[in-house]
Amino acid sequence: MIVHHIQTASLICILSPLLGAAISGLAGKRIGNRASHTVAIVGLAISFAAAIYLFAQVVLYKVPVYNADLYLWGGSGRFSFHAGILVDSLTTVMVTTVTFVSLLVHVYSIGYMRGDPAYHRFFSYMSLFTFFMLVLVMGNNFLMLFFGWEGVGLVSYLLIGFWFERESAARGSMKAFIVNRVGDFGFILGIAVVLAYFGTLDYAQVFKQAPSLAGEIVDISGTQFSVITVMALLLFVGAMGKSAQIPLHVWLPESMEGPTPISALIHAATMVTAGVYMVARLSPLFEFSEVALSVVLVFGATGALFLGMLALVENDIKRVIAYSTMSQLGYMMAANGVSAFSAAIFHLMTHACFKALLFLAAGSVIVALHHQQDMRKMGGLRKYLPITYITFLIGALALAALPPFAGFYSKDAIIEVVKQANTPGATYAYYCLLIGAFVTSLYIFRAFFMTFHGEERMVDDQNEHKHGHGEIHESEYFILLPLVLLAIPSIFLGFMMVTPMLYSGQFSLLGSSIYVAPEFDFMTALVTHYDGPAYMALTAFMHPPFWLSVLGILMAWCFYVKYPYWATYTRKYMEIFYCVLKNKYGFDAFNDFFFVRGVRGISQFFYRIGDVKIIDDCMVNGTGRAISHMSAWVRKLQSGYLYHYVFVMILGLFAFLAWVLL
Amino acid sequence: MILLTHYLILSALLFVIGVGGIMINRRNLVVLLMCIELMLLAVNTNLVAFSHYLNDLNGEVLVFFILTVAAAESAIGLALIVALYRNRGTIEVDKLDSLKG
Repeated sequence: MIVHHIQTASLICILSPLLGAAISGLAGKRIGNRASHTVAIVGLAISFAAAIYLFAQVVLYKVPVYNADLYLWGGSGRFSFHAGILVDSLTTVMVTTVTFVSLLVHVYSIGYMRGDPAYHRFFSYMSLFTFFMLVLVMGNNFLMLFFGWEGVGLVSYLLIGFWFERESAARGSMKAFIVNRVGDFGFILGIAVVLAYFGTLDYAQVFKQAPSLAGEIVDISGTQFSVITVMALLLFVGAMGKSAQIPLHVWLPESMEGPTPISALIHAATMVTAGVYMVARLSPLFEFSEVALSVVLVFGATGALFLGMLALVENDIKRVIAYSTMSQLGYMMAANGVSAFSAAIFHLMTHACFKALLFLAAGSVIVALHHQQDMRKMGGLRKYLPITYITFLIGALALAALPPFAGFYSKDAIIEVVKQANTPGATYAYYCLLIGAFVTSLYIFRAFFMTFHGEERMVDDQNEHKHGHGEIHESEYFILLPLVLLAIPSIFLGFMMVTPMLYSGQFSLLGSSIYVAPEFDFMTALVTHYDGPAYMALTAFMHPPFWLSVLGILMAWCFYVKYPYWATYTRKYMEIFYCVLKNKYGFDAFNDFFFVRGVRGISQFFYRIGDVKIIDDCMVNGTGRAISHMSAWVRKLQSGYLYHYVFVMILGLFAFLAWVLL
Repeated sequence: MILLTHYLILSALLFVIGVGGIMINRRNLVVLLMCIELMLLAVNTNLVAFSHYLNDLNGEVLVFFILTVAAAESAIGLALIVALYRNRGTIEVDKLDSLKG
């Protein structure tokens, strides 16, 4: 019986956002703005309720894993492709997080998007996004994963370019789409390798066969590779694109051209974590390749430090948080790299809450300042926006990983486990993450102090209508409610969940949904030193990450509140450093030079030779020309004189006669 | 004694005259029609000759039918020529080249 309930609940969970999206998207104009947001939010609320039900069943009542194919999508030869659902603890954790954040962002959007001409379209896209994300996390095979993967990519493109009249938004959405295609290319190749070697795309069957393939070697142009390594690395390329890892991170800052709720939902809390989820879900594959794990670790840790540093020189409040997202995704990937998948998923959860909170709070500031995003034109907003101020502070403290906020438990666990690990590259990763902790608190409190403290720098642009400071007032109820609701888990989630998620040994929450090979099991070593969340928080000052975070906050305070001229001096004396950061390590310039211009050059070549010469000139016009030449010649036969025709007829007659007689 | 060969030679001559008339004649459409009739008659002569030679009356009977049909054809052909003349004001073969490509 319970199996039926699980199936019904998961179908309701997946399909109700789709229904909401369809109604508000297709009939939005007819039923009006109010009805369309109601429909979308009710759909999401039902989905969230179903997610809670699943979470309770799986996590609290320990219902066995539900894994079933519901529909045969297609088959060919020995392959068959199903649409199926897998409900285990990893799924329910993801589903609950996604629907929770999505629901709050939906509510927030009522306030944020008010008066937008395409109001119903926005809600439709957001619900559609939730649908695809749920397919991604609930699918029981690679095909469903890929479907959801591409679906969220599509909706992300649509939403970044939501204000497509703006040149920058159109460009940003295009960039996101193209960079993601690069990642997806690797991803689909990875899926192809899986299909080629396992003959199936079903998770359960693939994971069952994975150990037997562990020693298999494949020869690629003379070099020997382990099959699983090739598979895992190709899949990781997909994760790089979606989860904005170096070097495919370039699209995420541009994605900030979309409306702020989108940045919170898609580009912070859910979609960009799909790569982290994927690696954790495919842990039975990744565990058989030390090389792949090491690559994941090194790329993750590099991103965690170096992309975080970019946030130090950014002045757009949303972009600061975007770089912070990349840095945090780097932390999660690094945790995946040392096989601490539970820590990665735990950080994913807490990060979803506090990062969505930071984005939404930033959005509240942006609304209050009439769509001003430049932090140089903010400052001293503390007294105008008290609730936003407090919630942003909570988010910032959670991000900076101060106890007892949520981020502390997850991030500290990651740093600890990387310290314990002996995966190749772990030492490098440990120092990256450690310095990253300092950089994190520095940039987020820089943003915090620049926005809410210090002198007021709200200058009115010449061409804008003049508004006095008295006009800046706290945002409306719909905007503040989600902030408060997200602030609560940002404080308590870590404290509550750390024991079941990380330190319960084989009884941990994620249980059998992830697989850790015995030789990579670094989490278990930590369990023995663990004495409960309160003890962990109280002894935080005995560990370097805590002091680095505090140092970051102090430095930010000195530079941006107490002695603002320090910042100017530092910039002057560290000109080169500043330049490197400002140019984002030249990734954009490099891409522009090599890929954009290179591809343009090749396209020009093919356009001139292939298109103009061969297709247009030779094939299209050439056909016409050939026919015209031929008919000019044939036309001569048709003289119009009767006796010519008769002559030909008689010739034919003679020829026929000759043929018959001879 | 008139042999089959003589008939065949005669009809071949008639046929060649018909063909030659068509080839040489450039002026008059009526002459063209007459030449075609001549070719038809040549073939009919052949038919009668062979049927006599083979002692088969069917061929001779068939020729009567063909002649009847041919008469009807010529009537139609002449009517067409009259109509053509009314339209174009000429029946000169060289001038009737509007079908030229």
